[in-house]
Amino acid sequence: MKQMFTPAKIKEDFPIFKKVMRGGNRLVYLDSGATSQKPFAVLDAERDFYENHNAAVHRGAHLLAEEASLAYEGAREVLAEFINAQSDEVIFTKSATESINAIAYSFGNSLPNSRFALKPGDRIVVSELEHHANLIPWQQLAKRTGAELVWFSIDDDGRLDLSDIKNVISETTKIVAITHQSNVLGTIVPLDSIVDRAHAVGAVVVLDACQSAPHFAIDVKTLGIDFLAFSGHKALGPTGVGILWGRAQYLNEMEPFLTGGSMIESVTMTEAKWAPAPKKFEAGVPNMAQAIGLAAAVKYLTKLGMNNVAQHERELTAYALDKFAALQGVKVIGPKDNVNRGSVISFTMDGIHPHDVGQVLDQYGVAVRTGHHCAWPLMKKLGLVGTTRASFYIYNDEADVDALIASIGEAQKYFKV
Amino acid sequence: MELDSLYQEVILDHYKNPLRKKLEPNYSAQVHHVNPSCGDEITLNVDVVEGKVKSVSWEGVGCSISQASTSIVSDLMIGKSVDDALSTVDAFSKLMSSKGTEAGDENILEDGVALAGVSKFPARIKCALLGWMAFKDATLQSLNK
Repeated sequence: MKQMFTPAKIKEDFPIFKKVMRGGNRLVYLDSGATSQKPFAVLDAERDFYENHNAAVHRGAHLLAEEASLAYEGAREVLAEFINAQSDEVIFTKSATESINAIAYSFGNSLPNSRFALKPGDRIVVSELEHHANLIPWQQLAKRTGAELVWFSIDDDGRLDLSDIKNVISETTKIVAITHQSNVLGTIVPLDSIVDRAHAVGAVVVLDACQSAPHFAIDVKTLGIDFLAFSGHKALGPTGVGILWGRAQYLNEMEPFLTGGSMIESVTMTEAKWAPAPKKFEAGVPNMAQAIGLAAAVKYLTKLGMNNVAQHERELTAYALDKFAALQGVKVIGPKDNVNRGSVISFTMDGIHPHDVGQVLDQYGVAVRTGHHCAWPLMKKLGLVGTTRASFYIYNDEADVDALIASIGEAQKYFKV
Repeated sequence: MELDSLYQEVILDHYKNPLRKKLEPNYSAQVHHVNPSCGDEITLNVDVVEGKVKSVSWEGVGCSISQASTSIVSDLMIGKSVDDALSTVDAFSKLMSSKGTEAGDENILEDGVALAGVSKFPARIKCALLGWMAFKDATLQSLNK
């Protein structure tokens, strides 16, 4: 039986929806793809940590240190459960960007005999859909090691072209780093054949789950991937916290990215031995309050049910795609059908630049993203300077889509197109 | 409506019918400027002859503010001495950082004062400055040749 999913009720949990926007309008927040809004549960969890338990974790013999450590490690367990992982495989970073860089730099620091070491002739595979965060770390790793960077292209609908998968993921491929869902087009990438092929040639699969983990259930075991990264702030959590998940076996073999306090087992003036994962990858006093806030966020999502979240967004996207199809002078960029597609709709408008579209929409309280969405190569491929992007989440409803559509009409009137 | 202070008629006119938007073959310096946060980009040619701006021409893509502003600066600068041109750029930069408190001197900036409202929209100031900074860069490069 379908559970009742009531965005109006959910909105009450998010204080920001009380804000009055330009023109005296209510907030129509359609920019969750950039960052989500935060419920009281997350704000309260962070405040409670600072007010009642604040201490540096894993050090200190006092009550607060004990409580802080328990809360922080408890947060790790909550995140592990969220993606069906072991808790010692879950690393708190400052962002998904840092998570991906941690893998890239760790691989780059590997000794020549390591399975992760790259050399000229090795290959790293990405796709044209990638956000800069899952492109530049690999592009630069390739430059540093002499490895070759190769990518999957996309078809006219913004779907990944896997017709040449055997040649793209060649026998020499060591890393396949791919997005789970395009932040620009909403395309959900079919992973099975990619994972199968990558593993057949002995490559590891790194999944950028920034646009998927907040929106539908993720099970790292079922996906069969080797590493996963996502950011907390897109999943109702605070800024300044991201997740890096990796298979325990790999994490144990890998070199750390940052070194310093907390990540060691023993130290002399000339040598250091690393602590086991996850500590090996968490140098310094960690972002405790943010990790705890993120745990509160995923608990909130889990209570709603990730399958319910996904269904709600799918229905809302279908509703919006229908409305868009009826508009004149407005073109949806990316998949037009609602299959393997997330709740992100990018569009262009005849005669109005995305930045101007966003400006007019803002006058009606409608908050969208405009520009190249940190996916400049994708924009060039599509022959666009940018798009306007509406992205939906748990607190959005049909009234929000209606407000978007109405404000698009106002933009056309304003610019007389 | 608040929007009207941003999108003056003059700006929309320049956007729809931009001036000097065709690269001239003769130039003393050519620059390519981009706005990395939104992807707008322009190529701008300046021809400085004997301390005077003989021609300004450009090509590019961008929002109404950046396109109109580049149109305005290109037309405005032709015939000015380099010193006069650079001080005009400074006057415009000052207007853009005024947070809506200044109207701009029409005797100096001409159509450029229509962009005064942009200074109230922090995210759009860089759009308005794109063409002006490109012009300044190209002019300074011309002097160093």
